[in-house]
Amino acid sequence: MDLSVKLPGLNLKNPVIPASGCAGYGRELAELYDLSLLGGIAIKSATPKERFGTPVPRIAETPMGMLNAIGLQNHGVDYIIEKELPFLEQFDTEVIANVAGASEEDYIEVIRKMNDSKVVKAYELNISCPNVKHGGIGLGTDPQLAANITRMAKEASAKPVYVKLTPNVTNIVEIAKAVENAGADGLVLINTLLGMRIDLKTGKPLLANTTGGLSGPAIKPVAVRMVYQCAKAVNIPIIGVGGISSAEDVLEFLYAGASAVEVGAANFVDPYVCPKIIENLGSVLEKYGNASVKEATGRSLK
Amino acid sequence: MKTDQALILKNEKIAADTFRMILKTDIAEEVQCGQFVQVQVPGFYLRRPISVCMADEETLTLVYKTVGDGTKAMSEMEAGQSINLFGPLGHGFPVEKRSVLLIGGGVGTPPLLLTAKKYIEAGQKVTAVLGYNDKASLMLEEEFRELGASVYAATMDGSYGTQGTVLDAIRENGIEETYVLACGPLPMLKAVSAAYSEGCVSLESRMACGMGACMGCVVKDQNGESMRVCKDGPVFEIGKAVL
Repeated sequence: MDLSVKLPGLNLKNPVIPASGCAGYGRELAELYDLSLLGGIAIKSATPKERFGTPVPRIAETPMGMLNAIGLQNHGVDYIIEKELPFLEQFDTEVIANVAGASEEDYIEVIRKMNDSKVVKAYELNISCPNVKHGGIGLGTDPQLAANITRMAKEASAKPVYVKLTPNVTNIVEIAKAVENAGADGLVLINTLLGMRIDLKTGKPLLANTTGGLSGPAIKPVAVRMVYQCAKAVNIPIIGVGGISSAEDVLEFLYAGASAVEVGAANFVDPYVCPKIIENLGSVLEKYGNASVKEATGRSLK
Repeated sequence: MKTDQALILKNEKIAADTFRMILKTDIAEEVQCGQFVQVQVPGFYLRRPISVCMADEETLTLVYKTVGDGTKAMSEMEAGQSINLFGPLGHGFPVEKRSVLLIGGGVGTPPLLLTAKKYIEAGQKVTAVLGYNDKASLMLEEEFRELGASVYAATMDGSYGTQGTVLDAIRENGIEETYVLACGPLPMLKAVSAAYSEGCVSLESRMACGMGACMGCVVKDQNGESMRVCKDGPVFEIGKAVL
C-alpha cells in the first residue's frame, strides 16, 4: 500500500506527523521508537526569545480530551537551532518547525534564523495559540491580519509556509481563503478549541491560566468539519489535526480533504500511537477500498 | 520504559480513601525507587501518574488515594482485570552508602517503602518518620517496620504517635539523621527543605505525557530555569526546585 504523500517541501513516507507541542523536539519519543518511522514531526513552537510559559497547573482532563495552557514555553529560536535541531538530523523524517510570536516581527525573526537549517523542511505558522496574549490568535482570527502575516512570512521564508488556523472563529473558510490568497503553501487545521474547567471544591478554574486549549477526541468532529469546509474552498493542501488516535480517524480526515495528519493529545494516552497508526493505516485504507493515501484524500468532497 | 497491559492481582483498601493495587507486569523489574508509572484507568482520557510503592521481578505495588473520579474508578477495579501502565518514568531517589531519614506525608509515603528496602538491602540504617492527618489515614507503618526500619509516626490530630507534623515527631524522638529523602504535601516539603540541607524531595504535579515532551508539569530551579517534574524529577535535590 502506498502511504506516501508529497506536499510542498515535505516528502512524507506516510501521512502521520506528531503535532507541535506534543512531541517536544523528538528526544522523548526517540527513547520509545525510531522516529524514522514517522512521516514527519512538527516540533514545539519557536519564539525569538526564551519563554517560560504560563504557571502550573497547565493540564486538566476533560471528557474524551484535555485542556492545556502551556503558553508556548521554549528556549528561543537560537537555542533550538543550536541544541535541538542537530538531534533530529539522524532521522529520516520531515521536520516541520512551528513558528510563534507576539508580533509579526517575531515570526519573521524566527523564520529568518531557521532558513539556513537543513533539518527544517517547512514552517508551520502558529497564528492560533489560545494561551498567549497576542500569541498569534489575534492574527489568526482576522482574515486581513492572517493574510498579512502569511505574506510577510512568505517573503522572509526560504521554505514552504503552512499556516495553522484556530477553530475559535465564526468563519474559518474566510480565513483559510485569505491565507491561501496571501501565498500560503498549505493549511494546518485545527489548533485547540478554547475551553475551561472549574474545580468544584475551590470554585476556581482548574488551570492557572483560567482558560486553555481543548484537544483530544472531543474535538475531532469539529476538526473534520473544518477540514471539509476549507478543502471545498481552497486549492492548497491541508494537514488535518484534532483528536486523531487511530488509522480510522486518519482515514476520516483524508476523506474530508486532508493530505496528511498530525496526531496530538493521543501521544499522551499511548506514546506508541503514531507507529501503531502507521502500521494499521494500509489495511484500513484497503478495508474501505482505497489504493493509496492520495486516493483517499478528498473522497467525501467528490 | 514501555507500556504494558498489567494484570491486577489485588486491589484493596488499606486506609481512609487509600488503596493498594498489586499488579503483575514486567515493568516491575525495571523500577527504581521513587519512580512512577502512568496508569490508564478505563473510561478516562489522560493517564494518572502514580508512584511505585514496591516492586520485585514481576509484581508492582501502587498505593494511591481516591482524590477524584479517575482514582475512584481505579479503586473499583478487581483482581483478574487488567490495566495499562506506562513506565517506569522519571528520576527516582538516589541510593547512597549512608544511613537515611525517610520522611513521608500522607499519600507521599508509598514511594519511600521501596526506597527503604533499597537502603536496607545496601546495609544502611533506615529511619522513617511518617505523618498523617489522623489514625484512619495511617498506612504502611507495619511494612516499613517489617523491612527493618525504625519507624515513628505523627498525626495532626494526635490520634496516633506524636501530635503534630513529621518535624514535631523528629524533634520529640530526638532523631539526628542528617540525610533526608522526603515525599508528601507541598507544605511538608517546604518545611523539610528549610530544616535539612542534604537529601531530596519528590514532587507531585498534574501531568499529561509523563515523559518530558509536553511541558505540562514544570517547576523552576533557583536560577529560573524550568525543570520537568516528570522527566527531570519527580525527585530533586533539596533546594534545587523552587517550591
